[in-house]
Amino acid sequence: MHRGKGMKFVGDSRVPAERNPNIPKDYSEFPGKTEAFWPNFLLKEWMVGAVFLIGYLILTIVHESPLEKKADPTDAGYIPLPDWYFLFLYQLLKYKYAAGDYVLIGTVIIPGLAFGALMLAPFLDKGLERRPSKRPIATGLMLLGLISVTYLTWESVVTHDWEKAKTQGKIVDVSFDENDPGYKIYQKQSCVGCHGNTLTGGASGPSLIGTGLKPEEIMKIAKEGKPPGMPPNAFKGSDDELKQLAEFISKLEQK
Amino acid sequence: MLQKIYDWVDERLDITPLWRDVADHEVPEHVNPAHHFSAFVYCFGGLTFFITVIQILSGMFLTMYYVPDIVNAWESVYYLQNEVAFGVIVRGMHHWGASLVIVMMFLHTLRVFFQGAYKKPRELNWVVGVLIFFVMLGLGFTGYLLPWDMKALFATKVGIEIAMTIPVVGPIAKTFLAGGEIIGAQTLTRFFAIHVFFLPAALLGLMGAHFLMIRKQGISGPL
Repeated sequence: MHRGKGMKFVGDSRVPAERNPNIPKDYSEFPGKTEAFWPNFLLKEWMVGAVFLIGYLILTIVHESPLEKKADPTDAGYIPLPDWYFLFLYQLLKYKYAAGDYVLIGTVIIPGLAFGALMLAPFLDKGLERRPSKRPIATGLMLLGLISVTYLTWESVVTHDWEKAKTQGKIVDVSFDENDPGYKIYQKQSCVGCHGNTLTGGASGPSLIGTGLKPEEIMKIAKEGKPPGMPPNAFKGSDDELKQLAEFISKLEQK
Repeated sequence: MLQKIYDWVDERLDITPLWRDVADHEVPEHVNPAHHFSAFVYCFGGLTFFITVIQILSGMFLTMYYVPDIVNAWESVYYLQNEVAFGVIVRGMHHWGASLVIVMMFLHTLRVFFQGAYKKPRELNWVVGVLIFFVMLGLGFTGYLLPWDMKALFATKVGIEIAMTIPVVGPIAKTFLAGGEIIGAQTLTRFFAIHVFFLPAALLGLMGAHFLMIRKQGISGPL
């Protein structure tokens, strides 16, 4: 390239007027069977990417992404579970010496040491050797970390109550007429406090959808209660209203 | 025609050196699976980037429907999942991509670790890579809340409770993340902002530095 005196520019810009031919570098002097990234190797990467994308799309179509029912902060019985890649940290806190009085060991000390060492690995393992077998301490610690993470994740998965997890967050699809006189009575009475706005139950009352009960049976429960949760004389109103309410509830069915 | 347009732009802006710097570099034999099949271990970093691009694109489409408030968030996701054409695919790709990107990044980290590729002169690139790992975990944590379903709310509650046990930093982190005492409306908008603006900005910056360093130093030699 032309440098110094006599350089020519495009207009008053800083772009040199002298054109360089647009040819790739010569790789023949590099060792081994070197290949140009553009476009040769990129094409191969592109093909690998396409195959990967097909697998990815199949996964997406076969397993629909999960969606549980809308968040309800009052549901105290819900067993929470983080996404799978946080399970090992979550499981760690279930052990005696990483919980309770020792919780700092589980939340700060162990993860801090592990992730701190990971981050500072180049400064802790300064030797010139690169082969895993020639640096046994680094390799050993990494293997120990891998085994621990795998073990903790495994333990977390096998101790989780998957049966309950399947049902606890399920979307209950009910449609009922909100203008039904029965529903209006339901809202005015104390029922709504425990059985919820959508009659799907809550912390202290079961769902009223698809009970399979006859109106007479519902009237009886509303008056006499049902141990342990349902108190007697919960319903305060006229017999006509009670009948309307009972008929409304007995008609509710899960779709 | 295309060549003429290219020449016209190139004459004025001299773009050839720019893209040659990015794209014109040698691929050594030892990382090329065409020559040594075991070199497929070098794919994981590229696949991480590939999934990240998919995450950004699918996320952009998700925000066309998603509403970050506690009244409408769940309804908007439900609508997206069940009513919008291909909504289930776009959300599915974002959901599964979040897991796949962790897997690929994990494998990439292991490859670099066991090959000792983080040693001098590549220490800084390793540190930036670990920071990318943390940002990705942060994206996973904040993204988990956004559908505002049962598992989202309760997992976030537990996560923030765990963070609260850390002395000094914990309560500050809680105030920053939750935006108050309870996990509610403020938390959702904050997680949305962190998931969609703060962390992706950090991620793009870190990835830029990651790629700049690898282009400057070249890939580490064979063992």
